[in-house]
Parts: sequence; C-alpha cells; structure tokens
Amino acid sequence: MRTLSVLWMLAYRNLWRNHRRTIIMLAAIAIGVWAMIIMIAMMRGMVEEMLRDGIETLPGHVQAHHPDYMDDPSISNLIPVSDAELTTIMQQAGVSVWASRVKVPAVVTSERESRGVMLLGIDPESERGLTFVDYDKVEGRFLDGVDDSGIVIGRKLADKLETGLGKRIVIMSQNPDNEIADRGFRVVGLFDANMDAIEEGFVFIGKQTAQTLLGVPGMVTEVFALGDDYRNVDALVAKMSVLQDSGILVQPWQDVDTYLGAMVGMMDGFVLVWIVVIFLALSFGLVNTLVMAVFERVREIGLMLALGMKPSSILGQIILESLLLLAIGLAIGNVLAWATIKPLESGIDVSAVAEGMQMMGVSSTLYPKLTMEDVVLTNVVVLVLGFFASLSPAWRASRYEPVEAITKV
Amino acid sequence: MAAVRCVDLCKTYHQGGEDIHALDHLSIDIETGGFVCLSSPSGGGKTTLLNAIGGLDRPDSGEVYIADQRIDNLSKGELAELRLHNIGFVFQAYNLIPVLTARENIEFVMQVQGVASKDRKPRALAILEEVGLAGLSDRRPAEMSGGQQQRVAVARAIVSKPALVLADEPTANLDSKTADELMELFTELNSTHGSTFVIATHDERVMQYARRLVRMLDGRIVDDIAQHAT
Amino acid sequence: MPLVVRLAWRNLWRQPRRTWLTVGAMVFSNVLLVFMMSLQFGTYGLMIDNTLQMFTGHLQVQAPGFKDEQKMRLVVEDVVATADRLRLELQSDTIAARATTFALVSSEARSFGIAIYGVEPAYEPRVSNIPGLLQEGRYLADSNATDIVIGETLAKNLKVGLGDELTLLGSGRDGSFAAAVVTVVGVFRSGVKDIDRNIAEIPLGLFDDVFFMQGAGHQVVIVAPAIEQVPALQMQVQALLEDRPGVVVHDWDVLQPGLKQAIQADLSSAFFMYALLVILVAFSVLNTQLMSVLERTREFGITMSLGLKPGRLGRLVILETAIMGLLGLAIGASLGFVVVSWLSVSGFAYPGMDEMAAQFNLPSRLYPQPSWLTSFAGPLVVFIFSLLSALYPALRLHWLHPVAAMRAA
Repeated sequence: MRTLSVLWMLAYRNLWRNHRRTIIMLAAIAIGVWAMIIMIAMMRGMVEEMLRDGIETLPGHVQAHHPDYMDDPSISNLIPVSDAELTTIMQQAGVSVWASRVKVPAVVTSERESRGVMLLGIDPESERGLTFVDYDKVEGRFLDGVDDSGIVIGRKLADKLETGLGKRIVIMSQNPDNEIADRGFRVVGLFDANMDAIEEGFVFIGKQTAQTLLGVPGMVTEVFALGDDYRNVDALVAKMSVLQDSGILVQPWQDVDTYLGAMVGMMDGFVLVWIVVIFLALSFGLVNTLVMAVFERVREIGLMLALGMKPSSILGQIILESLLLLAIGLAIGNVLAWATIKPLESGIDVSAVAEGMQMMGVSSTLYPKLTMEDVVLTNVVVLVLGFFASLSPAWRASRYEPVEAITKV
Repeated sequence: MAAVRCVDLCKTYHQGGEDIHALDHLSIDIETGGFVCLSSPSGGGKTTLLNAIGGLDRPDSGEVYIADQRIDNLSKGELAELRLHNIGFVFQAYNLIPVLTARENIEFVMQVQGVASKDRKPRALAILEEVGLAGLSDRRPAEMSGGQQQRVAVARAIVSKPALVLADEPTANLDSKTADELMELFTELNSTHGSTFVIATHDERVMQYARRLVRMLDGRIVDDIAQHAT
Repeated sequence: MPLVVRLAWRNLWRQPRRTWLTVGAMVFSNVLLVFMMSLQFGTYGLMIDNTLQMFTGHLQVQAPGFKDEQKMRLVVEDVVATADRLRLELQSDTIAARATTFALVSSEARSFGIAIYGVEPAYEPRVSNIPGLLQEGRYLADSNATDIVIGETLAKNLKVGLGDELTLLGSGRDGSFAAAVVTVVGVFRSGVKDIDRNIAEIPLGLFDDVFFMQGAGHQVVIVAPAIEQVPALQMQVQALLEDRPGVVVHDWDVLQPGLKQAIQADLSSAFFMYALLVILVAFSVLNTQLMSVLERTREFGITMSLGLKPGRLGRLVILETAIMGLLGLAIGASLGFVVVSWLSVSGFAYPGMDEMAAQFNLPSRLYPQPSWLTSFAGPLVVFIFSLLSALYPALRLHWLHPVAAMRAA
C-alpha cells in the first residue's frame, strides 16, 4: 500500500503513452455514460411525472374504503364510520394531510348530451393542492365550500356536453335505496387536466351538497392521505391501520393502481439493466485496451518484477489504469449528460405523439429528471464492473516470470 | 564469507528438440568486493548463471548462496524481497520505466524499498550526480542517449547500496567511447562503495576492466583468470 | 482463397485475443439487436392487431365530425344498406354496421351510464372479438329481439346475470325520450377495463326501434385481411362512396391515434439504444484496427519500400475489418436467431409485464418470432459501421513514409 501513490502516477502516465487509443477509448466511455444518464433521466422523469399525475388522480399515497367499494364503487359501500368520527380517528393517529370525499358514479346531462362520470363531493379546502385540479387555474372559480351549490367540470366534458360556464346541467345518481337522486347544478368552473380521460371523467360538487343529494348525511365513501414520500408509505399505512378496526380497508397506492405500482419497480430494474448492457458493450473495448497495453509493456513489467516489485503491485497497477480510464470517461460523460439535460429541464414537447403518450399514462411534455441516486448508481456500477473487467488482463500481467518477460522480443 | 557461492549448478533448456546445457555442474565462489566478468559466446551460459545468482531463475539442481544465505529454495516472494534490497540489476536494454523521469525511476525503487519520502529525492539527486548526470534528472528515457540511460540504470541499481550488482551485457547497445565511460563508472563505484560487481559480457574491451575473468563454454567454466584491470 | 484474403485472415490471428474481443463486441451487440428488434416488432404487431380486432376494425365509415364528438345526430343514413353494398362490392363479409349512443342502463340494484351499441348479429363477430369472448350465455342472434350482451365488470356492477332484465334510458335521434327493457343473454370478458365496464351491445334492429334511428347508424366497420392492405382498401371504399357526400372513411390510425403514436414513441427510444450499440461497436473496431495498423508500421514500411502502394495496404486493412465484421455478423445473427427461436417457444416475460399487458392489450407473455428482417437488419448495420470506422486507420496509411516507418520502434 505504501506504493499506491506511485502506482497512481504510473497509471496516469501510462494512459497517455498511446494518445490515440486512450482518446478513442475515452470517447467511447464518455458516449456510453452520456447515453446511460440521459436515458435514465428521461425515463425517471417520465415515470415521476406519471406517478405524480397518478397519485394526484387517485388521489393520495394511501386510500381507505369500505372493503367492497373497490369492486363496486357505489353509494351502498359507504365507509362504515361517519366523517366526524373519521376526523377524530385520523387526528389521533397523527395523520395531518388527508381528506374524505363522496365518490360515486353518476350521469351528467346537459340540454343536448349525457355522459357517465365520477361524481366527487369534496371539501375544497382540505383537498387544495392534493389533487389534479389547480384551483388557481380554474376558469370561473372552484368550489368555495362543502355546501357550494355549483358544479365544476372539465373543459373537455363541457365541450362534449355542449355546455359552458353559467349553464345548468343535471346530475343523476342513486341513493342507498336504489332510488334515482338527481339535481340541477350551475357550472361555476371549468378545469383543465393533463389527460383527456380526467377532464371528461370527473365532476366536483361540495361534500355536503353531495351528501344531501344522495341521502347520506355525514358519510363518505373514500378517504385518502398523503405522506412525505411516495416511495415509502409504510409509515402512513401503519398509522392508518387503526381504521381497519372499524372494518375499513386501507391500501397503499401501489395496490390501488397496480399499473403505477408496477411502473416504479420496472423503472428501477430498467435503470440497472440499461447501465449493465451499455457497460458490457464497452467492456470488450476496455478489456482489449488493457490487454494491448499490457502486451506492449511486457519487458517493463519484467523489469519491475526483476527489481523486486511484488506481482500484486503489477496487478494493482493495471487495475488502477483501468479505473482511472473509466473515471476520466465517467467525468466527461457526466458533464456532457448534465449539459444536455440542463437546457431540457423545462420540458421536452412531445405533443406530436400526445395521444400515444396518454395511452401510456404520460403527459405530452417530458421532463427529464436527474437524481443524485441515479448518477451515483451509474458511476459506481461502471467502476465496479470496470474493476471486474480489468481483473483478467491484470492477473495475467502479474503472473509474468521476470526472466521470460525481460527476454521477450 | 564469499559474496556469492554456487555449488554444482545444472540447468538444461529444451529447444526445438535439442537439449542445451546452459549450466553443467558449475561451481564458483565470488569474493566480496570483487569485480568479476563472466564471458561466454552467445548461449554459453553467462546470462543463465547471472540469473541464477540474482534469484531470477532457479537452477534445475545445485545450490546458490548469497552472503552465506541459501537462495535457490526461497519462495518467489522472498526472492523478490532479496532482489529489492540486496541486489542491483543493470540489463542490456529497457532498463528504465519509460513514463518516469530519471529521478523518478530511481525514487520509484526507493519507494518500493520503503525509504521515507523526505529522503528519496535528495538521495536520488545525489546518486545521479555521482554517475555524472546531475542536469538530466527530469528527463524521460526517450530524451536521453543510450549511454545516459544506462547510467541512470546504474544509479538506480546502487542507490540503496546493495551488496551485489549484476549487469547483463550492459554495454551491448553502446558505442565504444560510451561503453568505456560506463565501465569506468562501474570500476569507480566498485572501489568507492565496495559492492561486488558481476558482469556478463562477450565484449573483449569490457573484459579488460575485470579484476577476475571467468570464461564459460557450454555451461562450464573453462578459464578463471585474475588480472589487473586496465 | 486469394492470397490477399489468406494474408488478411492470418493477420487477424496474430493477436487472437484482440480479434476475439472485437468480434465479441460485435456478437454481443448483434444478439441484443436481434433480440430487441424481434421483441419490438412482434409486440407492435400484436398491439395493433389486438386493439383493432377487439372493436375498432381497420376502417370505419362515419359522418364527418363523428370521430371527435359522438353525437347522436351525426349519422350515416341507411347504414345497413350501405354495409350491404360494401359487402357486395368488396366481396367481403368482414364489414358490419353499428349505431351507438350514450344511455343509462339500470338493473334492480344499480344504474350506470354506458355506451350502447346496436350491431348486426350476423356480421359483428366478423369485425370484432367481443362476440367470441363470451363467458356465459350466447351472442345476439335475432336483429329485433330484446337481447343485450354486457361486459363482465358491468354485469358485476349491476349485480345481474343471464336472464335478468335491464332498463335502457336515453335520447332518440330526434331528441325524444327513449326507453327499452332488455334481457341479458350473454356476458363477455374482453380483458380491456373500459370495454368490460362501459359497453353493451343490442341488435341493430332493436336499437333502430328504441332510438328512432329511421334506418340510420353511426359506423360501418371494415376489417381488412391484413393490415398492410388497409391503405389500398381505404381508397377503394372511398371511391365506392363518392356518391355519398355525407360520409367519410377513416383508417385506424385516425380512429386510434394513440396506437401509432405510442409505437412511434417507443420506436424512438429504441432507436436511440440501437444507435448507441452500433456506435460503441464502431469505436471498438476503430481502436482495434488503429492499433493493429500502428504496430505494423515497420512492416508496412518495408512492404512499401518493396514497391507496394499504400492503397493496397489500406485495402488489406479494410479486408481484415470485413472478415472480422462477417464473423461478428454470422455468429451474432445466428446466436440471435437461436435466442429468439427459443423464446418463441418458451415465451418471454419480465416483472411488471402483467400490468403493462392489461394497459396495452397485450398477452402477459410474449413470444417473439424470428424473421429474416429482424435477424439481419441490426447485424448488417453493425457490419457497415464497422467497415466505416476502419476507414480512418486505412486512410492513415496513405501518409506513411517508408523510411520513417521502418525506423519506428
């Protein structure tokens, strides 16, 4: 180990003995690393967007319902305890960011058209910022309280219904006795959403208004809560599990939307696979470079052994050379990737394939996202794999017999 | 105590279907502080003997002692240690690490030997001065002449004052004037530092510098002459 | 074998490890390319076919504007006659007429807003998979019977089974109140959430009756024998309907824009990966050949002083590259072919695929098919780029000076 510093110097200078070869290798590594990081940032950004949208749509990190609600989301499957009791329980459990809603299927009719939608009876204040509706961007106004008599619908829905702000539409649904419950509402606000399906599929009224309309005073069908990190909801689930004592089903978002849940897992797997595959493509060139470098220096290696250097030092030297080459290539690749992504952070417009994106659940602007974890992972994996790739040529170099090496022509 | 003692060494190579007896029951003692030339025509065994003495190559049979310590049965690691601390080598060519300067080549060996970092630079510069290369300490091998390279190799070989210096055809790539200068250097170092010098060569001019000339043929010693160096 | 080829071959084997590593890089990339391409193209084809064959078909005759807003009044007059005529002229029975509207369907327990389709029982099975996906009961038969088939999820949500009655409520073509009572004769499972939950089919005759269509409908669905024939078929149908000003013919890309776009988006990211692999291999080859040329400087110098022109030596280098490239191509394509063939039998799945499959109408296990195109397209490109990358080392020989070369180390 005392010889480590001189080995670094040797490794560095040995890299530059053959300018062209080293530069070509560095270019290849830099390109490979650049591609790794770019792709990862793109995918990560896409999945994060998707997740954010998805979680805003669900909404929440954790949801709670009547056990039968998920299969049959109707007014008959109310949450067994009242909204007031829920508030007490959630408060005691220490959950601070949450809301409850009345969410049932309904039919919305305008003068000309009808549509099936999901009716949401909400408390606008407790849901502010938690869902896909940006209250400030609503045309007209959003609901101003749980007893607001107006309705807020999506712009695309308004188009389909051929209605608009200020007009009347009728909401028709069922009460727990299977009787039709209907009422007219004036459209007080129009919202925009990333996905057409959302803009066409959801309508908002006040929670109390909904409860009155549907004949379920003080009751709700859905509870959702948000924690700090969508990746780690176990703590939140644990807190809310007290609800299970009242016969309520508590689910993390991965169980509510399995597609989303699968996306995250797939993403992490994809990242690793991508890095390894690119590295393997590079590894052939890397090993080749090392093999050639060792071959050219047979006499010198023999000399060093003859002078009394231990074979392990030779091994170390070759490995260091490989790691140094990779480190420089990584540095260049990292910088290139950062320089490419920075200007694109404000979003890449892919509206040309907007509908396709929506099919996959992605909005039509891609935001690449470079995370520290991804960058560190990439660099570490490359270095570790590089270490292993260099073992074979390094081992062979250290096995040389001084006599043979010196006398090699 | 003899610096080097070889007892009944045998080494046979098999090449192209023939057996070559590089060492054929060869025994020799070399006294401490001696200046010995081993000479033989090409393939006569001088390099093999030198390698055996230096622990670079194991004889098929026989014993080798350096300062009364048996070395032919040491492990590779122990031999490496031996070469590192007790023996200095000068080869015919490719003596230096091309990417290091003259001074760094010398410091390199010292670092491997474990010399403290504050001592390395002054000692390297001192030894370079001793071999007459004071101003070339920061030159790389490619920037030096053949003779200068060999001098650096010598400097490196003796910087840690080894008991034994082995040189294998050190002047083979040098012109006659430079060769002379190199041999003068050897002689001077031999008398100043008292290291034992064993030089393998087939150059008659080099042999003239030796105080003892050992001629070999087909792996045996055919002549062992004490002579006055020129 | 001509001498120059023999020479090139032997030159390659002067450094066997180096040659094998370079060929190895090619083989690795080629196998990856073959594998990915077969998977991709197999998947795309499947995705399109599955989606279109489920319900959309390849072409649809509609009223202008209908595809954007499915309004009841945007009709194709005499829709059955139109379908009949097309069936006659095109000698095909994979053509069916439909009418559709939004309506409320009610069982004893529940009501939902869904899309009702009036279909031709005799021809609908030829253009859609749904009739073939019945889990219980039978498909529609009599064009005037009060039968209905619904999706599994809808049946569950309505809490009905075979033989139960449902009430339909909606608006007729003239805006008047439309109602009917129908009996559930069949329940289907398509696997597509939206279809199983939101679609019901009744006979076209009944639809016409209930909703006062007066012989009009909304779509004539046409399925082509193969997707490649769709453009030609579209022109044919358009020509046939030239005398009908009130209709347009849309192809599947227009009807399901997301499909092609999703494929395009996927293609571009895949293309990025392919390009990267090719580039990395090219670098590998460049490095190898450059080294191989440099280390033969002295030899080339001698050869040139004997009278050979640098051009010949350059050609030698290209030839060596070509031989390596052919090796890489042959081995890579074969290996890739073997891998894909094996997968075509054993299937290929990765974690997270189930959810993706549900989203995109794909089976949860993929069976890529080996083909000439996918087996050779990628390796061929790699081969070409390898040759290109050898141009630099080959051209360098033009600047070689025999004397200087011979003095080189």
